[in-house]
Amino acid sequence: MKIENIINQIESVDPEIFERLDGRRSAMKNFAKFSGRMALASLPLAFGSMLNKAYGSPTDAITDVLNFALTLEYIESEFYKAGYAAGVAGTLAIPAGAPLNAIKTIRDHEAAHVNFLKTAITSLGGMPVVYTAASFDFTAKGNFTNVFTDYGLFLAVAQTFEDTGVRAYKGQAGNLMANNDVLTAALNIHSVEARHASHIRQMRKASGALVPAGVILKPWITLNQSGIGSPAVQASYDGEEVTTQATVPIINIGGFPISASAASEAFDEALTKEQVITIVTPFFA
Amino acid sequence: MPTKNSSDKELLAESNIKNLSRRNFLGYIGGASALLVTAAACKKNDDPTNNNSGVDLGSGDPGILNYAYALEQIEAAFYTKVFESPYSGISASESALLGDIRDHEIAHREFFKAALKTSAIQALELDFSSINFSSRDSVLATAKAFEDLGVSAYNGAGKLIASPAYLLLAGQIVSVEARHAAYIRDLIAPGTFADGLDVNGLDMSRSPSEVFAIAGTYVKTKLNISNLPTS
Repeated sequence: MKIENIINQIESVDPEIFERLDGRRSAMKNFAKFSGRMALASLPLAFGSMLNKAYGSPTDAITDVLNFALTLEYIESEFYKAGYAAGVAGTLAIPAGAPLNAIKTIRDHEAAHVNFLKTAITSLGGMPVVYTAASFDFTAKGNFTNVFTDYGLFLAVAQTFEDTGVRAYKGQAGNLMANNDVLTAALNIHSVEARHASHIRQMRKASGALVPAGVILKPWITLNQSGIGSPAVQASYDGEEVTTQATVPIINIGGFPISASAASEAFDEALTKEQVITIVTPFFA
Repeated sequence: MPTKNSSDKELLAESNIKNLSRRNFLGYIGGASALLVTAAACKKNDDPTNNNSGVDLGSGDPGILNYAYALEQIEAAFYTKVFESPYSGISASESALLGDIRDHEIAHREFFKAALKTSAIQALELDFSSINFSSRDSVLATAKAFEDLGVSAYNGAGKLIASPAYLLLAGQIVSVEARHAAYIRDLIAPGTFADGLDVNGLDMSRSPSEVFAIAGTYVKTKLNISNLPTS
């Protein structure tokens, strides 16, 4: 469908379409700014967000969600910056080679997410939240005192951040449905956090620093097991043990031998914004 | 949170303002509109699989669930075969985790079948003749392709879903597919768990027609995706 046709069709139902658009000059300006940064194929969708703004739709709700996501990305970004720097300095024993490279890779992704979300929020007419390294206390008020000197602990906190991030994005998807561009972008970040979680879990397994000793840690979440010997992280895993989805029991579904562990692993679970805030609050200075 | 349909209705129902010239509006939209028209024009008939023959996935959310059901059928059948005839030199750890992945994909497939009830499409006839199941390289390369494809398919399907509950379910599955993808990628080359992101650190998303252009190699049953939602 051509853009002119869309306008014409709306005009046929709402003769004041042009007035609405004119009356919201900032929406138009923002559209131009946002579209300038977007791939050609996404432009029709950006046009949709412009219309949303023209009609005063819930852009504030959307930028609120994006600021929540930005906050989480700042936590991760500053965490990996500090961890990588400590690894390079030798005060945190991240093995050289693949492990140190992986932390650098993830650090760079999180920094890219911060920049992307800042740009998106600004483009939608919102005000991005601002945090710096000084905003955070990665010991979580003394729960993880050696987080940047104990490699096993560093990875445990990293795993918790990644698994929590996956659950946090999942919980917000429904609040982004009014804007297809933003929803798709958030989903495209969500799956990257899951890739990180998978890799950090493999790094933890390779490092052998699992608690309790001998616990099986996989790239996916089994029941509500963290594989981490601190009750401080348990809230990030509670609820993952469910084995029924949309009233469909998954254990032995269809007559196939699916265990409770596999049934829980096959579906990740969401967290609400409030649950996530409770989890990350100790990490703020 | 209103659904797409209800917000569209609100959007169209709202009214009460004055006049503004069309020229004024087009002046604002400026250069962008030329690009938009180009993009829209290009979009029109870009889908070679878009015809009315074959198994109809359906429309609306059930259509998207069938789309996911079709993909999970491919993945579950693939890993079932991998587990039945393991490649030479498979390690105990690989065997255990590939067995997990098989179970997850079976759970996904059977979940969609159960959720769709009588709307579920038939079991697809698949063709894995291009895969050498005795070769680790062949199996892992195929697994990587399937997992990355699955991630991009669910990411691209999010905006096509009308029900928040189904969107959440898709989100619950896609992150597990992404965990699989990262693991398989690391088996092939350690540290490549998230290679292939864009400059913003974002994963890929694909439309149903893009997905079937790739997955079609493995599906003998003819599928009709022309009734799936497009936005």
